[in-house]
Amino acid sequence: MYPARFEFYAPGSVEEALELLERYGDEAKVLAGGQSLIPFMKLRFASPSALVDINRIEGLDTIEEENGFLSIGALVRHRDCERSDALQGRYGVLADAAPQISDPIVRNRGTVVGSLAHADPQGDWGSALLAADARLEVVSSGEARTIPLTELFQGPFTTSLQPNEIARAVQVPDPGARAGGTYLKLERRIGDFATVGVAVHLSLDNGTVGRAGIALTGVGPSNLRAEAAEESLAGAELNEDTIQEAARLAAEAAQPRTDNRGSADYKRSVVRVFTERGLRKAAETAAA
Amino acid sequence: MTETAVETGRFTHPVTVTVNGAAHSVEIETRLLLVHFLRETLGLTGTHVGCDTSNCGACTVLVDGTPVKSCTMFAVQADGSEVTTVEGLAPAGGLSPVQEGFHEEHGLQCGFCTPGMMVTATALLAENPDPSEEEIRWALSGQICRCTGYQNIVKAVQYAAAKGKEG
Repeated sequence: MYPARFEFYAPGSVEEALELLERYGDEAKVLAGGQSLIPFMKLRFASPSALVDINRIEGLDTIEEENGFLSIGALVRHRDCERSDALQGRYGVLADAAPQISDPIVRNRGTVVGSLAHADPQGDWGSALLAADARLEVVSSGEARTIPLTELFQGPFTTSLQPNEIARAVQVPDPGARAGGTYLKLERRIGDFATVGVAVHLSLDNGTVGRAGIALTGVGPSNLRAEAAEESLAGAELNEDTIQEAARLAAEAAQPRTDNRGSADYKRSVVRVFTERGLRKAAETAAA
Repeated sequence: MTETAVETGRFTHPVTVTVNGAAHSVEIETRLLLVHFLRETLGLTGTHVGCDTSNCGACTVLVDGTPVKSCTMFAVQADGSEVTTVEGLAPAGGLSPVQEGFHEEHGLQCGFCTPGMMVTATALLAENPDPSEEEIRWALSGQICRCTGYQNIVKAVQYAAAKGKEG
């Protein structure tokens, strides 16, 4: 299993990397952790003419709180998130997702932002960060821009990132002190993709729900936001009735397909149960 | 050994990689995977290719002290790095505590997964010298053993941890 031939560059700055992307256009791919791109290249699902390895660029490996956002840089590994205190508490949806990504050795190299750019519909970060209302900070040799995750995923392995752009960081808005969340994942064994994953992120406002974020993994052509479920909770008091109604709406938003991981009905049912459990746990953290 | 194995050009890259303490400066194909660099370019066949799809962990080596699956990294990415393979675990004339543990506790049957298991266990103990059973199982959860049921692998790591405390 050899990848096709490619030219290799390891630029020392974002500017140099962007120049290379301008030169190669859609023939180039950005290499960060490589834990999805390299397997794809080995299978020849991807055959870029050039790889632009960003691992030698300084300043992309930090998790920082600034200007009302938690910013996770392009070279932050899953492992870094797993061990970061910054992700605990109100960013619990991220803290809970991190140790459930693939397996510990893959987590040593794979990156959060790379996972978003890869846009696997069974990827866990996409749901966790959709629920947290995150956006991608994108640079190119033209103007910098931000892409809300709701506009990033266009379908399986397809995003609205342009070939000349680099996703520099993912930014999560600070949900305030009274917020919490979790990520629930059903997998057959460690390292497998999610049969179903549900991300829940809640902020409370005087005992009622301020904003609710609910997103689903493995039950659609991309990570899906369960918008009707989210809306049903906005401004509502969180009790058994509202939790069950939101869970019903989340299950309705799922578009599961029967495969060797389970039947469509089963997966839909897991979405409902996980949404209930996730909301209860998120509410506990938020109220604490 | 193979410094002239590839003609230099667009699809090659010069690298200097230190493997088990010895520096190797070589021109390699950019698409050469780290595991093939170790096994074929350097002849270090202790690192195994198992699934070749990032699942089994048989090819695990340390890159600057961190376990990575060497089938899922290009050798060119290791330029300037220090790589440790199973061949680099033993001190001169002896066995490392992890190797001794796998020997004493019979932490293997066919032995195919053993190099990767020992490399990961070594990294675990460097970071956490006294891991619980759960922490050991968690650290090794990216690696597959089809013989042992993992029981003796865990015992081997516990043996090494106890040995480390003595030392």
